Amino acid sequence: MKNRLKVLRAERDWTQAQLAEALGVSRQTINAIEKGKFDPSLPLAFKAARLFSLSIEDIFQEEPEE
Amino acid sequence: MNKAKNYTSVNKKNTKKLLFWTSTWVVSMAIAAFAPRFIWDFNTTLTIIGVLLNIAAGVGMLLANRQYLIDLDEMQRKIMLEAMGLTLGVGLVFGLSYELFEDIKLINSEPEISHVVIVMAITYLIANIKGQRKYQ
Repeated sequence: MKNRLKVLRAERDWTQAQLAEALGVSRQTINAIEKGKFDPSLPLAFKAARLFSLSIEDIFQEEPEE
Repeated sequence: MNKAKNYTSVNKKNTKKLLFWTSTWVVSMAIAAFAPRFIWDFNTTLTIIGVLLNIAAGVGMLLANRQYLIDLDEMQRKIMLEAMGLTLGVGLVFGLSYELFEDIKLINSEPEISHVVIVMAITYLIANIKGQRKYQ
């Protein structure tokens, strides 16, 4: 799954630690999501969407299967 | 940006609690194991109190560990779950094989539960480190 978390965070000038605190997760988790190594659960995705005032699809996009 | 929950401080608090209960349990285990012989000469009442305190500390440790896991975030919990699953499997396979080795005379010494605990602890440590690196 692709995501725009890093871009959205950079636009707001937030650090990974600040975003992690806002979402109630560890900084490592934010890092893993940004790098596409970990897909967040639906509740966490909704939380991120609410935080950025966007829809989930605006942040997370499914990658086509090869 | 509104704060949902200060994950770091909750995690630190839970880690300290877990450290406290684990240390208490280890100390109470040492007391229950050695004090009857070296301190109170197998006084039954004191030995029972020592064992009950050890069990109580064990329950405290389990509850602290439970709270620690509940308050982890989803990725950290996944890493822990994978590490614990592997540890359980290795412990079961190694433990039973170890027991079997003695039965079929492949080893001469009596199998010790502490050896299984050491193997499980090392497995858990390695699995945890590998899990953390996997998501870096």
